[in-house]
Amino acid sequence: MNVIIENFPLYVDGLLRTLQICAYGFVGSLVLGTILGAFRVSPVAPLRWVGTAWVTVFRNCPLTIVLFFCAFGLPEVGINGLYFWFGVTGLVLYTSAFVCEAVRSGINSVSPGQAEAARAVGLNFGQSLSSVIMPQAVRTVIPPLGSVIIAMIKNSAIVGAFGVGGDLFAVGQGLASAQGKAALPVLTGVALGYLVITIPGGLLLGILERKVAIAR
Amino acid sequence: MSTAEAAPPMIRASAVNKHFGDLHVLKDINIEVPRGQVVIVLGPSGSGKSTLCRAINRLEPIDSGEIAIDGKPLPAEGKALAALRADVGMVFQQFNLFAHKTILDNVTLGPVKVRKQSQADARKTAMELLERVGIANQAAKYPAQLSGGQQQRAAIARALAMKPKVMLFDEPTSALDPEMVQEVLDTMIGLADEGMTMVVVSHEMGFARRAAHRVLFMSDGEIVEDADPDEFFTAPKSERAKDFLSKILTH
Repeated sequence: MNVIIENFPLYVDGLLRTLQICAYGFVGSLVLGTILGAFRVSPVAPLRWVGTAWVTVFRNCPLTIVLFFCAFGLPEVGINGLYFWFGVTGLVLYTSAFVCEAVRSGINSVSPGQAEAARAVGLNFGQSLSSVIMPQAVRTVIPPLGSVIIAMIKNSAIVGAFGVGGDLFAVGQGLASAQGKAALPVLTGVALGYLVITIPGGLLLGILERKVAIAR
Repeated sequence: MSTAEAAPPMIRASAVNKHFGDLHVLKDINIEVPRGQVVIVLGPSGSGKSTLCRAINRLEPIDSGEIAIDGKPLPAEGKALAALRADVGMVFQQFNLFAHKTILDNVTLGPVKVRKQSQADARKTAMELLERVGIANQAAKYPAQLSGGQQQRAAIARALAMKPKVMLFDEPTSALDPEMVQEVLDTMIGLADEGMTMVVVSHEMGFARRAAHRVLFMSDGEIVEDADPDEFFTAPKSERAKDFLSKILTH
């Protein structure tokens, strides 16, 4: 286990890099996924089609393939930038499909009478969604959304493997293959690093869940 | 007929048809409800009375025909429909109060979001309305903390806060415990006395006799009788109405 202690600063840098990827991924997929979820229940048919197509493509493709297309496909069509951003883009595209489905299941859990009452009062679709449906959907959305976000944090390792460089997984890779350290202790350190993010994340979700359950 | 042009009926349905799959739930419905009239819609379950009520503000889209409110045909989805719905109050069997909002916020939501009133003005009006339906002391509570009768009166206040031209009631007392029916009916009678145009789907005979100007009896998607309440209850013309009345009046 000395390898972890000796390379502790490297691990910390990796952890911070992973957190950075996850923070962008979290905000991006939450915003995009919520918009797509709204699309899927929209009265406008073309918006529903976009939502359905999105989920069909990105939920059913392996993340590795999505990342390949972002890293090598986007430059082909003239979009250039840092690999870091291609990685985050891929992660957001992929995760938003799962967020969308979690949000949609939450919307469907709200009794149809609530939406009817909102419409009867004269609220338009957007107002019904934001003032009546979403605040009630949040309660049921948090547990599945938590699983999606934790999966995303772990998936960020694949983004790291794509050469974003410096994230937790890449640190492990570097130590094990480039410097020839024993793989198992190195990866134990990597695993601990992910647990440092995911376990407090899970606890935070539990607290959040209890908060919205009371505020009714 | 220049008078008819000057004041269109508050509700006009012409040749309205609607199907649920193979079931023909509204068959060629033609009605006109003048301003200030209180219409009670009766009929056995599955006769289409709730569907008719819900079609009037397009919560149920219709297959053919036209429905107009105050001379304006119902628009398809979109802003125009939302604006028209704001003028038509609706009270549901299951109350459908917004579960995550207090009673006061339930009443102010529409005026603030749709009528663009200030919070302060909306609250003032809402408290007056809650006072009027007798639940001002419940304003800060959530719907689940109220009895059914109180929730339904809150729902009536919520609809009235939009200053509607018409009020639709879809079986407003059917989900209530018996001892709470009267408090809701009293609120509705008060509204009727003030001259509100009302369409009420209900089997409450007391309300029909006390406040209704007109009875529509529906069966199998058709309006079978269109009569004065006294006339309908004492001397129904059709066999179907006689049969229906014998069932609901025996107990």
